[in-house]
Amino acid sequence: MSNNIITHLQELEAESIYILREVAAQFEKPVILFSGGKDSIVITYLAYKAFFPAKLPFPLLHIDTGHNFQETLDYRDALVKKLGAQLIVGSVQASIDAGRVKEETGYNASRNMLQTTTLLDTIEQYKFDAAIGGARRDEEKARAKERIFSHRDEFGQWNPKDQRPELWNIFNAKKDMGEHFRVFPISNWTEMDVWQYIYQEQIELPSLYYTHKRRVFQRDGQWLAAEPCMKLKPTETVVEKEVRCRTIGDITCTGLTLSKAHTLEEIIAEIAATRVTERGGRSDDKRSETAMEDRKKAGYF
Amino acid sequence: MNTEGYLDMELLRFTTAGSVDDGKSTLIGRLLYDSKSIFEDQLEAVEEASRSRGNDEVNLALLTDGLRAEREQGITIDVAYRYFATPKRKFIIADTPGHVQYTRNMVTGASTADLAIILVDARHGIMEQTIRHSYVASLLRIPQVVVCVNKMDLVDFAQSTFDKICEDYRQMSAHLDLGQVTFVPISAKLGDNVVNPSTNMPWYTGPALLTYLETVPLHRQQTQPFRMPVQYVIRPIGDRYPDFRGYAGRLACGQVRKGDSVRVYPSGMSSRVKSVWLADRELSEAVAPQSVTICLEDEIDISRGSVLVADALPLPMEEQLINVEVCWFMSPVLQPGKKYIVRHATAETQAVVKDIVYKIDISTQQRVSGVDHLEMNDIARVRLKTAQPVVFDYYKDNRTMGSLIFIDPGTNNTVGVGMIVPAED
Repeated sequence: MSNNIITHLQELEAESIYILREVAAQFEKPVILFSGGKDSIVITYLAYKAFFPAKLPFPLLHIDTGHNFQETLDYRDALVKKLGAQLIVGSVQASIDAGRVKEETGYNASRNMLQTTTLLDTIEQYKFDAAIGGARRDEEKARAKERIFSHRDEFGQWNPKDQRPELWNIFNAKKDMGEHFRVFPISNWTEMDVWQYIYQEQIELPSLYYTHKRRVFQRDGQWLAAEPCMKLKPTETVVEKEVRCRTIGDITCTGLTLSKAHTLEEIIAEIAATRVTERGGRSDDKRSETAMEDRKKAGYF
Repeated sequence: MNTEGYLDMELLRFTTAGSVDDGKSTLIGRLLYDSKSIFEDQLEAVEEASRSRGNDEVNLALLTDGLRAEREQGITIDVAYRYFATPKRKFIIADTPGHVQYTRNMVTGASTADLAIILVDARHGIMEQTIRHSYVASLLRIPQVVVCVNKMDLVDFAQSTFDKICEDYRQMSAHLDLGQVTFVPISAKLGDNVVNPSTNMPWYTGPALLTYLETVPLHRQQTQPFRMPVQYVIRPIGDRYPDFRGYAGRLACGQVRKGDSVRVYPSGMSSRVKSVWLADRELSEAVAPQSVTICLEDEIDISRGSVLVADALPLPMEEQLINVEVCWFMSPVLQPGKKYIVRHATAETQAVVKDIVYKIDISTQQRVSGVDHLEMNDIARVRLKTAQPVVFDYYKDNRTMGSLIFIDPGTNNTVGVGMIVPAED
């Protein structure tokens, strides 16, 4: 017998499938946080692989800010139908209407922060004990230190100073009533790994990831979509450009990249040549040096 | 770029232990820089943060010190994971702080590492910290150790200094259970022998550090007998796969093919492999560390916590009294007689520590006997009694089959970890 070469994508896939199966085995009521972005799409695809030929043992939860690209919603609905999965939508608009959160005002108003309340309320309403997310450690410096099974107290808070030790591949999901976990099966993947995997497996993506003509405007050096939910300053003008999304959040915080990439190969080549991180286009991270850590402590994704 | 080439890369996980003084941050910074893994906005953020702290030079430690408390106190308190790739390999760095009180972080980083980088300052030679890192590498059986003798520029790139440190290290580590040890003289600051070969040290004929990392063989334990702890039983509902009953798990070691004879623990019953699946694709064979689903010819009682093994020697052991090397992670202290939950592979059982055989003073590596409890960061050998038999191989033979964690039933926290070892004569 000789050693077979296991490629890094095979090894990452094996690790993620292992983690998803641990979630199904150790929790009562897990859910996949599905944003319609490539990372949550890859998670859903891995979950399909992990449990085939059984159906997904988790529903998908979409926290809808009400400011979504239509393409994201269309993709989401088609995927749910194809997998025969259950979809649950948590509405930020409903949280606003119920007075749970207050809408931000001004030009840079975003519902990104408000999502946390809707997310925690939905988790509590359905009594989910594990929320599976597509966060990766290479994305952001606070995420670089987060565990794969990440404990949340009964207020949904993360305590970065007192995280459970996590060794080998042994995950400890024990908790008290009312507490839950966030689980990150693709923690060890990089942006490039995700794209290479999508290419290798030929995973279908929302059309937003490929270059297309769109009405856009520029703010603080970033291209943003000129959609009705965006309030333009008098100095800002709308133009049509060939753009694509490098990451997909809601419209208010998704920077668009000028791009000619029509295929996965072209996207991969573009990312290999780029010198800015993908979250460099996310205005929500630029609010302060520890913006992500502060949001995460409060219960953000 | 060559897409196909990238798809064929292997993955190497390595750990680096040490403090800022050793030049560890500089070394990691250089590996990330020179492999173009630091992006412009990350660099800008670090430059901005350095300036606002009154640093003249860019402090690369800020790249890895991600938490607010770490930035405020200027120390690393947790394991940080960093990623980079070259055209030959993808790398995951578990960057761990080297302070005495953070032994547990070193152990955590080492638990999944294929290789450990131990930094030695050429001016100071072997320090207590070097000994501690080497001991952890030995305890966790990291297959490869690279001793980087750093700051060679500050000792005039002298071969005699390097040779002396190598000799001292060999003596110090003679009784340790280290895998292959390699020595590289470097200057992380100037870049000598990090990514590119040094012109200042023509007497060194070995590879630069990165070249070594790109080519060192990986130990994936595929030639050992097959072991797969069962995580989950897949039984689809509906008419499409009426008789499908698959055992989901990740191969801890070895290979498995259709038709292979296997045994199931704890029952010890035998069967044959009917099919091996990776999602909707039937595989001709699976190898460690793949995650697969296995169907057997016979209906046997198998559930989470069972282990499928090759029906060949050596078979795993199955015992209720085991010898364990423990690293304790938390307060309250470990007390003999107190009940803990022990998780081993996918099985779980209650356990009590019968006695502490001895504790290790990690700085002198002397055994201390007559100890009645263990405190945070202590390392010791204990005898453990479990409520259910544990199906295991020794940790030195297989990490997955030989490792376990202690969970405190009162707090639910992971409070310690253990590696199963043979009894001493």
